[in-house]
Amino acid sequence: MTMRSQTPAILLFAGLALFPFVARFGAQAYLLTLGARTLILALAALSLDFLVGQGALISFGHAAYLGIGAYAVVLASMAGINDLLAQALIAVAAAALFAALTGYVSLRATGVYYIMSTLAFGQMLYFLFVSLSALGGDDGYTLSSRSRLFGEPRLTSDFAFYYLCLAALALAYVMLTRICGSRFGRVLNAIRQNPLRARALGFRPFPSRLAACLIAGAIAAVAGALLANQSEFVAPAFMSWQRSGELLVMTILGGVGSLWGAVLGAIIYLALEEALSLLTDQTHVLIGPLLIVVAIFGRRGLAGALAPKASGSAA
Amino acid sequence: MHDEVAAPRPVSLALLAVQTLNGLQLGILLFLIAAGLTLTFGVMNFVNLAHGVQYMVGAYLAAMFASLTGGFWSALALTLPTALAFGLALEFLVFRWLYDRDHLSQILATFGVILFMNQGVKTIWGAAPLSVPMPDALSGSVALMPGLLFPVYRLALIAVGLATGLALYLVINHTRVGMLIRAGATNAAMVSALGVDIRRLFMLVFGFGAMLAGFAGAMVAPILSVEPGMGDNLLILAFVVIVIGGIGSIRGAFLAALMVGLIDTLGRAFGAQMLRVALAPAAANQTGRALAPMLIYILMAAVLFHRPSGLFPVTR
Repeated sequence: MTMRSQTPAILLFAGLALFPFVARFGAQAYLLTLGARTLILALAALSLDFLVGQGALISFGHAAYLGIGAYAVVLASMAGINDLLAQALIAVAAAALFAALTGYVSLRATGVYYIMSTLAFGQMLYFLFVSLSALGGDDGYTLSSRSRLFGEPRLTSDFAFYYLCLAALALAYVMLTRICGSRFGRVLNAIRQNPLRARALGFRPFPSRLAACLIAGAIAAVAGALLANQSEFVAPAFMSWQRSGELLVMTILGGVGSLWGAVLGAIIYLALEEALSLLTDQTHVLIGPLLIVVAIFGRRGLAGALAPKASGSAA
Repeated sequence: MHDEVAAPRPVSLALLAVQTLNGLQLGILLFLIAAGLTLTFGVMNFVNLAHGVQYMVGAYLAAMFASLTGGFWSALALTLPTALAFGLALEFLVFRWLYDRDHLSQILATFGVILFMNQGVKTIWGAAPLSVPMPDALSGSVALMPGLLFPVYRLALIAVGLATGLALYLVINHTRVGMLIRAGATNAAMVSALGVDIRRLFMLVFGFGAMLAGFAGAMVAPILSVEPGMGDNLLILAFVVIVIGGIGSIRGAFLAALMVGLIDTLGRAFGAQMLRVALAPAAANQTGRALAPMLIYILMAAVLFHRPSGLFPVTR
């Protein structure tokens, strides 16, 4: 992988940091809620982009980790653990466990079989939580309040919550960029480009791929914990296969492999959906064909269109 | 899918037979949908998420033609060519531009088709569920054994599915087109190099698969409510079927569809009762309810674990 210019990413994050100040001129509460939600789903899409772009592991069950993170908040607060950091830690541990168990089976398969096996595991978890009546089953579970941070209810302000989400997103972005440049990232990339050659050089694909699944799952679980706090409500719908599909769409729309492209893809997709819903209730009739057009004509998504040279090798 | 025929409470032979027939009927339905899907995956290596949409469109077309013509048979006769035309139109507008592209582009485009069509049917036919009248000749029930009444229509559905399976078997294994399809599933590039117009073969497979899915939608329309998004969950089940059966294999799809239909139906019906052998009744009920919908996914994981290319892998 070539070292890539960070200019688009810096501009993107600067824009996101300024957004709450711009939002003051509009319906601030509404825009901040929408903004926080967008950042959270961007975080999940970012982790999926790492998996797809660096590992060529097309997961169609990534929303499962959103659900794991969200339900970790529910279970932790039931057990009296109200601090978000502790909850996020539980979410990460649960996600790592799920990624290890499912990855052990899924990673034996390749290509379409891998895609379908991730889908199956996502559905499995979905139905498990639908049937758990103690957690509200299909109807979901309403949280009594947002989590605390360092012992104080700091997240009740939408302003603070927005910046917490932005900090999580920026942290994850920096972390994943560093991982891509590390020895581990290079091995992962070599395996993506040519598993046979990588194997001949002595790198077994399985451990690297499993590690990639653990990293991506853990980050998405943090997004899930934030999502539970954002909506103060958790339901199995968080991990429906349609949600997994949406995460993939955001990632592909943004351009796979650039990391910041996934963030941009999430912003564009959600902003478009929201903007169109103000005009018409037929949003999907418009978004659907748009996705088709992007798939046919846009070879490397938004990242490829905006920074043709900067975007690394296409998957 | 889970509006099975009501049955008496205690486990009896009759109840077991009813649920087995229900499972068989779900399996047959899954086979009709999975057959086209496994061929588009296998021959074109194409990830088609929009296959469930074709099933939904079949059901909506049947509902529309039934209200226009007033009869089920005329509606069915009109639905088949329209579903075929719809499939070919989709192929012409969307799919043929994406055959040479990676799976990601295919996922993006076909996800777009799902969004468009799920909303589209709502716009055209309204959000309220529609119903299709059952043909008079096939309404009512027959007594299969003492204490076992089963609807004639569901029996007919099973028979039609089995006949379709047989016809597909003959076409795939004993005709020239079938030979080309099998060859395409093994090595599409080689078939093309031997002078076969592979694009036309793709179009044929695609249109035919769409028609089969539309046929399935039209056939179940009288016993289900026709509503937006009705294809989504069935699509996932069809994926499970083709992965268990081996992508590209009609025989695998047939056996896996029956397995999935039976296991899902019987698991939901008897899972809790079977667990009572080992667990307390309350715990058995809770575990059974949680486990039953997961069974087919557990089966799929187990198959993938031992046979990463399904039960009947197409040799490449």
